[in-house]
Amino acid sequence: MIGGLFIYNHKGEVLISRVYRDDIGRNAVDAFRVNVIHARQQVRSPVTNIARTSFFHVKRSNNWLAAVTKQNVNAAMVFEFLYKMCDVMAAYFGKISEENIKNNFVLIYELLDEILDFGYPQNSETGALKTFITQQGIKSQHQTKEEQSQITSQVTGQIGWQREGIKYRRNELFLDVLESVNLLMSPQGQVLSAHVSGRVVMKSYLSGMPECKFGMNDKIVIEKQGKGTADETSKSGKQSIAIDDCTFHQCVRLSKFDSECSISFIPPDEEFELMRYRTTKDIILPFRVIPLVREVGRTKLEVKVVIKSNFKPSLLAQKIEVRIPTPLNTSGVQVICMKGKAKYKASENAIVWKIKRMAGMKESQISAEIELLPTNDKKKWARPPISMNFEVPLAPSGLKVRYLKVFEPKLNYSDHDVIKWARYIGRSGIYETRC
Amino acid sequence: MPAVSKGDGMRGLAVFISDIRNCKSKEAEIKRINKELANIRSKFKGDRALDGYSKKKYVCKLLFIFLLGHDIDFGHMEAVNLLSSNRYTEKQIGYLFISVLVNSNSELIRLINNAIKNDLASRNPTFMGLALHCIANVGSREMAEAFAGEIPRILVAGDTMDSVKQSAALCLLRLYRTSPDLVPMGDWTSRVVHLLNDQHLGVVTAATSLITTLAQKNPEEFKTSVSLAVSRLSRIVTSASTDLQDYTYYFVPAPWLSVKLLRLLQCYPPPEDPAVRGRLTECLEAILNKAQEPPKSKKVQHSNAKNAVLFEAISLVIHHDSEPNLLVRACNQLGQFLQHRETNLRYLALESMCTLASSEFSHEAVKTHIETVINALKTERDVSVRQRAVDLLYAMCDRSNAQQIVAEMLSYLETADYSIREEIVLKVAILAEKYAVDYTWYVDTILNLIRIAGDYVSEEVWYRVIQIVINRDDVQGYAAKTVFEALQASACHENLVKVGGYILGEFGNLIAGDPRSSPLTQFHLLHSKFHLCSVPTRALLLSTYIKFVNLFPEVKGTIQDVLRSDSQLKNADVELQQRAVEYLRLSTVASTDILATVLEEMPPFPERESSILAKLKKKKGPSTVTDLEEAKRERSADVNGGPEPAPASTSAVSTPSPSADLLGLGAAPPAPAGPPPSSGGLLVDVFSDSPSAAAPLAPGSEDNFARFVCKNNGVLFENQLLQIGLKSEFRQNLGRMFIFYGNKTSTQFLNFTPTLICSDDLQANLSLQTKPVDPAVDGGAQVQQAVNIECVSDFTEAPVLNIQFRYGGTFQNVSVKLPITLNKFFQPTEMASQDFFQRWKQLSNPQQEVQSIFKAKHPMDTEVTKAKIIGFGSALLEEVDPNPANFVGAGIIHTRTAQIGCLLRLEPNLQAQMYRLTLRTSRETVSQRLCELLSEQF
Repeated sequence: MIGGLFIYNHKGEVLISRVYRDDIGRNAVDAFRVNVIHARQQVRSPVTNIARTSFFHVKRSNNWLAAVTKQNVNAAMVFEFLYKMCDVMAAYFGKISEENIKNNFVLIYELLDEILDFGYPQNSETGALKTFITQQGIKSQHQTKEEQSQITSQVTGQIGWQREGIKYRRNELFLDVLESVNLLMSPQGQVLSAHVSGRVVMKSYLSGMPECKFGMNDKIVIEKQGKGTADETSKSGKQSIAIDDCTFHQCVRLSKFDSECSISFIPPDEEFELMRYRTTKDIILPFRVIPLVREVGRTKLEVKVVIKSNFKPSLLAQKIEVRIPTPLNTSGVQVICMKGKAKYKASENAIVWKIKRMAGMKESQISAEIELLPTNDKKKWARPPISMNFEVPLAPSGLKVRYLKVFEPKLNYSDHDVIKWARYIGRSGIYETRC
Repeated sequence: MPAVSKGDGMRGLAVFISDIRNCKSKEAEIKRINKELANIRSKFKGDRALDGYSKKKYVCKLLFIFLLGHDIDFGHMEAVNLLSSNRYTEKQIGYLFISVLVNSNSELIRLINNAIKNDLASRNPTFMGLALHCIANVGSREMAEAFAGEIPRILVAGDTMDSVKQSAALCLLRLYRTSPDLVPMGDWTSRVVHLLNDQHLGVVTAATSLITTLAQKNPEEFKTSVSLAVSRLSRIVTSASTDLQDYTYYFVPAPWLSVKLLRLLQCYPPPEDPAVRGRLTECLEAILNKAQEPPKSKKVQHSNAKNAVLFEAISLVIHHDSEPNLLVRACNQLGQFLQHRETNLRYLALESMCTLASSEFSHEAVKTHIETVINALKTERDVSVRQRAVDLLYAMCDRSNAQQIVAEMLSYLETADYSIREEIVLKVAILAEKYAVDYTWYVDTILNLIRIAGDYVSEEVWYRVIQIVINRDDVQGYAAKTVFEALQASACHENLVKVGGYILGEFGNLIAGDPRSSPLTQFHLLHSKFHLCSVPTRALLLSTYIKFVNLFPEVKGTIQDVLRSDSQLKNADVELQQRAVEYLRLSTVASTDILATVLEEMPPFPERESSILAKLKKKKGPSTVTDLEEAKRERSADVNGGPEPAPASTSAVSTPSPSADLLGLGAAPPAPAGPPPSSGGLLVDVFSDSPSAAAPLAPGSEDNFARFVCKNNGVLFENQLLQIGLKSEFRQNLGRMFIFYGNKTSTQFLNFTPTLICSDDLQANLSLQTKPVDPAVDGGAQVQQAVNIECVSDFTEAPVLNIQFRYGGTFQNVSVKLPITLNKFFQPTEMASQDFFQRWKQLSNPQQEVQSIFKAKHPMDTEVTKAKIIGFGSALLEEVDPNPANFVGAGIIHTRTAQIGCLLRLEPNLQAQMYRLTLRTSRETVSQRLCELLSEQF
């Protein structure tokens, strides 16, 4: 179990230090600083073992969060906890910066007391936490004894994530399918590796304790349902997707998922992540990058890059950024592009080409002349891949939300009364093309 | 020298450095550096000319980035350009960059050398200094090649400034150290010696360093430096401390120079000229006198400087070893230091005394300090000082004080540091043996030794005890009695059991008369230890038992019972089991006479150098103790003229079986653990450590070489240690050869390095590539090395395979010719009779034909000859020659550059037992070589 938790700033100064168990001494704080933060070689492994003590760390905007333990803990659990911790902090005070941490240190200690108990992770649901950990302090007249006991029973109850007795005038539900698509492509256009990791995020403003059911075009579910009507299978078979693996929010009834493949749950109030999944087959690649690199003698390099958008013309991609690496001996760059803005960024050794918006089924190109300084080094340029960033309003995995039904037997509103919104956002993960 | 004024600082550089220091993270730092590098690259692009200042600034930034740990692959040219600037700061930065960054194989080296040359010729002392410093800092072979001729000229030129001379001397020293072969000796050497008379003390100091190094290599050329050095030294020593101004260091005049001069004098024997000699003696006396004076300053630097000169003077005195008076004074001086507060001084004093002890003049004087040294041994806190004290005790030991010293060492051993225990044990063992007047004392000492530090007593020590006891009749009885008593202790070390077992087995009868040590008691005593011992010791004890059977027939039954027990007869260890079975059988079948003959007392060991001594030397490295040891042996040669027995002659060195052989019925011949007899005594091995150049070709390798002309696989070389096998295949002009090195011994070969040596001619015509092999070859193991061969053009010589390795302590060197011959690249061609004669005629040019007539060395068998011709590589053409007795062959030699057609004809003459061999090829040298090779075969 987690023995202690420390937060350091970029210099390695300790901002937050909370020790949960006796086996972690004060010197553990220094051990991590000396061996990881100030190490001569950059430490790339997120887990470091120093003197039979394990340190698990994540970095958030130059701040280090480190969980320490002397026991053989489940590393995945520790990291899951650290991510959750970051989410909780972000939900309370926004960006995790040194200043924000310093300004909220009382709050952070309070949170740490709540979400970790003797090193065991506890309820880390933001919504639930916000009911009893508030920044403005608790005034006695606001919170009656009844309310307090209600909190206790909720937190310790079966459905710890949802408070009873919530009422909304408008029952609304927002559903976001957020995906990031990763690609590595050969210069000839062959896909070397590609996968999509996606999340379904919900924001619910529903009264009472509604029971929800979520359906999507998962291959297994479709096939199971299609058993009865054979022709439906063939019709919808095309659109169904194969999900490699998925994880769910704690509110989802896993027993039901196992037996009926249906996702049913009582959602917590406000924002939460319903599920996470990964697919590797039949991925829609929103953009195609066609590089052309020509070496003209020893001192010149001509680069031409064409990008083609490969989705419905009615959709608009946004925040497109193409990063073309330049050789290490670049002495000057001239760029011509028809669309967007391109600039040579010396500090990153790359040409960065930015386009604000681009519709589907279009293409655009950039050409650059790179002047090189002759060097006496015989090493050839390694030609790192061209990488790309974008945001498109579609799900590259092909995932479709088929339905989201809400049942609330106690309060009298039905599925039709709920206003539901769904949107798809596909972002680039590591989207690279070799040149 | 133009100082760097404040306005001259580079603002851009300062800003850049402060930017980097303010970076919050590694990533930010890398970003900043990338940006700066891009900026510098765009500046260096070459479309605009840069002024000297910016060039200097950017080169400085590059240097800073490099020192931060990033690779720099441009800007070298700009740095070289800076060298031609006339401003000091720019030139300085240029040289700095080059010393740090330019590697010797750069193509810029010519430009750099040119710039340096210009600076050396500039007559501007600052620039010359910068250039010399750069040469010395780089100090590569290329630099040496370019400037080794130039620098001596600058050094001895009359008009060179002092500071430049100083730099030149040190620069030359550096070049001489890296590549001594490139520094030409010439008439400048005699003029360098005169620099010792220079006005400027800096020049003298630098020159002394140079001369000392040079004189170590060529003492003859610098002989004149002795008198100059002496006079310079006497001027320094006699000068008042204020005379030398800058060179007086805490009231000591020119200590560094004095030390260097004294070192220089240590390269030579005492001067012969009595005047010089007198002067030197005066100097040394003066230095010794000064040591007695009260210190002029309380500062530690003062005493350090003074003592440095003093110790160097003492080592000169010791080196000369000719002035008894000085030696004794030095010894007394050191004696004072022995009780000094300063630990370093005590250490140095002990160390110097060690060498003093070996001089005949001062040996007695050293001995007077014995109490102090023993005291140091007991009370000193620092282990390294205690170690020196042990060394000194060892060095000062002789017959008169041996008993005392050995006793002290023994008592110290109980508390001694673990790291030096083994060494002390060896020393005690040696001293006890060497100065033993009374061998009972010796036996007592060694047994004591085993009792106190049994774990540190190596095999050699107890072998030695046994050798001595066996060779000396007078101590045998005493030894038997003592070990018997020692064995009665409840817990005794295994080494003691070994010694006890061996001695009682040999001489147990000498104490059997005493009822307290009756045969049965002896046996039970030994057998009570049996189960606590390791296998080799048990094996030894079994031999002791069978010896008891011979010595005391009355215990025969008991012993047979023991041998017959399951734990012996069915022992898991083969050696023990075999011994038990054989001894049991021997005791039952053999008559008493046979038993008495087989189990006779061991004969005395032949005289040989003590192996313990060799071991001690090995431990300390050959150079440190050797001289001392040598001297000691000479002095003590007459002290103990008695037999100096050797480690048991045949197999006593191999662990399990000092007694296996004494019976002569060891089942397998004991593995030869020691080096083969040819390599001489152990002592010699230690000295023959230096790897010599390639050994002469191994005998018999020529024979083997000839055998391989017609075949590709087989054993190329074999001796007691090593076997070299070959396996090779050739196709057209390429070939591959596998060389197998087999270690025939049971010990590991170390530093095993095979090298292929090709003459220059051969290298051009034959390209060989090898992979290195593992430097350690285990006993009985075989390693393989592949050689890739390409024939570039025709060749006559063969490459030599030189193998060096260390076996046991000895250095082995084997050279064999590797059978890669021209005919290996033969491709056979079949052709009809007509074609053959047509081509034969085409090659009618007299140079193309080579004929040789020779006597047959082997019986003239047609089939064998045919096989040989095919093995040679050419096709054997049947029914071509009108005379069926003749052999005809054809083939093509493939080389990278050319293909050479080749026809041959061999005509045997059975009556005369002669052959006539005719070869026609398109190239004269090829015909010649093939003819040579082939004619050897028949």
